Amino acid sequence: MFKRSRDTGQDSQESKIYYASQSQLIWRKFIKHKLAVFSGLVILFMYLVVILAEFVAPYNPNQRNTYYRYARPQVIRFWSEDGFHLRPFVYGLEREMDPVTLRRSFHEDPNQILPLRFFVRGYEYRLLGLIPTDRHLFGVDGDNVVYLFGSDDLGRCVFSRVVYGARISMTIGLVGVFLSFVLGLLFGGLSGYYGGVIDKLIGRTMEILRSFPQIPLWMSLSAALPDHWPIIRTYFAITLILSVIGWTDLARVARGKIYSLKNEDFVVAARMAGTSEPRIILEHLVPSFMSHIIAAITLAIPGMILAETSLSFLGIGLRPPAISWGVLLQAAQNIHTIVLAPWLMIPGVFVIIFVLAFNFLGDGLRNAADPY
Amino acid sequence: MFLYLVNRVLMIIPTLIVISMISFVIIQLPPGDYLTTYMARLQQSGYTVDQSEIDSLNRRYGLDRPIHVQYYRWITGVLRGDFGYSFDWQRPVNQLIWERLALTLAVTTASLIFSWILAFPIGVYSAVKQHSVGDYFFTFLGFLGLATPNFMIALLLMFVAHRYLGWSVGGLFSPEYMAAPWSMGKVVDLLKHLWIPMVVVGTAGTAGLIRVMRNNLLDELSKPYVLTAKSKGLKEVTMLFKYPVRLAIIPFVSTVGWQLPNLISGATIVAVVLSLPTAGPLLLRALLSQDMYLAGSFVLLLASLTCIGTLISDVLLALVDPRIRYE
Repeated sequence: MFKRSRDTGQDSQESKIYYASQSQLIWRKFIKHKLAVFSGLVILFMYLVVILAEFVAPYNPNQRNTYYRYARPQVIRFWSEDGFHLRPFVYGLEREMDPVTLRRSFHEDPNQILPLRFFVRGYEYRLLGLIPTDRHLFGVDGDNVVYLFGSDDLGRCVFSRVVYGARISMTIGLVGVFLSFVLGLLFGGLSGYYGGVIDKLIGRTMEILRSFPQIPLWMSLSAALPDHWPIIRTYFAITLILSVIGWTDLARVARGKIYSLKNEDFVVAARMAGTSEPRIILEHLVPSFMSHIIAAITLAIPGMILAETSLSFLGIGLRPPAISWGVLLQAAQNIHTIVLAPWLMIPGVFVIIFVLAFNFLGDGLRNAADPY
Repeated sequence: MFLYLVNRVLMIIPTLIVISMISFVIIQLPPGDYLTTYMARLQQSGYTVDQSEIDSLNRRYGLDRPIHVQYYRWITGVLRGDFGYSFDWQRPVNQLIWERLALTLAVTTASLIFSWILAFPIGVYSAVKQHSVGDYFFTFLGFLGLATPNFMIALLLMFVAHRYLGWSVGGLFSPEYMAAPWSMGKVVDLLKHLWIPMVVVGTAGTAGLIRVMRNNLLDELSKPYVLTAKSKGLKEVTMLFKYPVRLAIIPFVSTVGWQLPNLISGATIVAVVLSLPTAGPLLLRALLSQDMYLAGSFVLLLASLTCIGTLISDVLLALVDPRIRYE
């Protein structure tokens, strides 16, 4: 459907542009933005992992292993002392105790080669919530362990926890943005279309909300959520809190666009023809700035993810046993832990990658939103 | 100019009223009133609570009265400088907050200045040398700064400082000055510690500022007057700083408006990680122990601070740009 015509001649290229629909033009412009396309693929891949979290994670994220506490991450290798192995492997972990500080630590033991096996049997789960199975993407034989990102204070696999945590961290922004989107479109639309007193009132409200320092406000609101609420309810309450400020950005975009479009010829014509106002807004105005809204939404998601991470990090967002990247980072809050187990900061790397990818994608979409 | 000023100052009043209402709602949010919580905690730890004390507190805050009366009493108290009582610290709130707010202001202002000093030359460079390696490098760095949560930067800095430099990072004062009264030595000590939170909080804002400066300057550079100036043989640097930069800097300065709330937000979290004696950690503690008068006062004052900061920046902007004051 969106086939590009690179090899055809100049004339047919021009005529294709001439006849192309708006969505085709947007797509063509977007696909030229290499970084945005690449970021989009990264995001798709990450969501795929989220859907298949149980399969990708080698261990149950809540399974404790008291022997392996604060185990250091194992590196996937192909070269050992006796040369190249086609099958990737990790070195086994050996525990040792510091004679002075009595602190236990682990190091990789080059004599223990643990080949990585694929599609191994592990704990049971339902794939996609439907198919019962116990196969996992990778693992090692016997009682040995593979902790690609190390383990935490209770000996839980950080890699598995990061994979599971992505589930909350990567969806909370989507849900939050959806709420902001509905609110933003409603208030921004009203404000831009009717103008006058409504516009002034909504504009002032937005200005006040935007001048509020967000983190203290979010902190205060989410600290009031009761501890005993189930995870899912806290999750939705937090998305609601995040949209309290989030909608203003989208409302501003919607208002600006509607304001500039409402006196265009095609809208005036529709009005003259006696089209009802909701119909003018929904059928004529909204489609003409939808692409801008999508770009704005994409750019709003990172803020939400960062906010959830920050709140959970402070201990007033989601709380354990919920697993999100922010909750995981809470373990890395003080300097002693970080020095002892720097790998506990790994979830933060994923926050950065994900947010970065969304920013690039949103940038590309914003450029493409106006293809003319 | 005078009219603009009056108008702008009057406009801040409804904003402040709404802010005070939101803060009051926050005070009211936890279930039950704080007096009940307070008494429950006292009784748990084995104290007997004096009934007359409860009655006097009840009367003072009108806790048995309808909500608008409570709000009225609270806000008139605030206007007189009485922010209520911190049950957690057993002290009036206004004894706890001022020094912390002043230090928050110090950290925020330092970060603001830092991010400007950093963003201005980088923004100009990126615009003049558009599509150069340096431009891409700084753009990427900016994106990275934007994508990294503030507290991650703080954590990383702490880790690097501890592991490789052997420093202990954190706090705003050395131990010997911690409880000391203010003196010249203490101020110097503060300045020595201030740079870390300044860098951490500042970096996040720098990214946005660089983009504003770069895009504005690019817009100006493509205008015909620049071409004219060049064709008349004006030196590149003179031309740049005499005309386009002066125009491009106006929107750059006006970003203080949204920069301030972000910086105060950022400073709140970074302060918790670096355990700075600013508003952040105390606010967090107050929220966790439901010490709501203290928490509400912080929210109220931080938001008001932001408002006043925005007002100052608007006035400065009107001074710089005559188009604004005559509009």
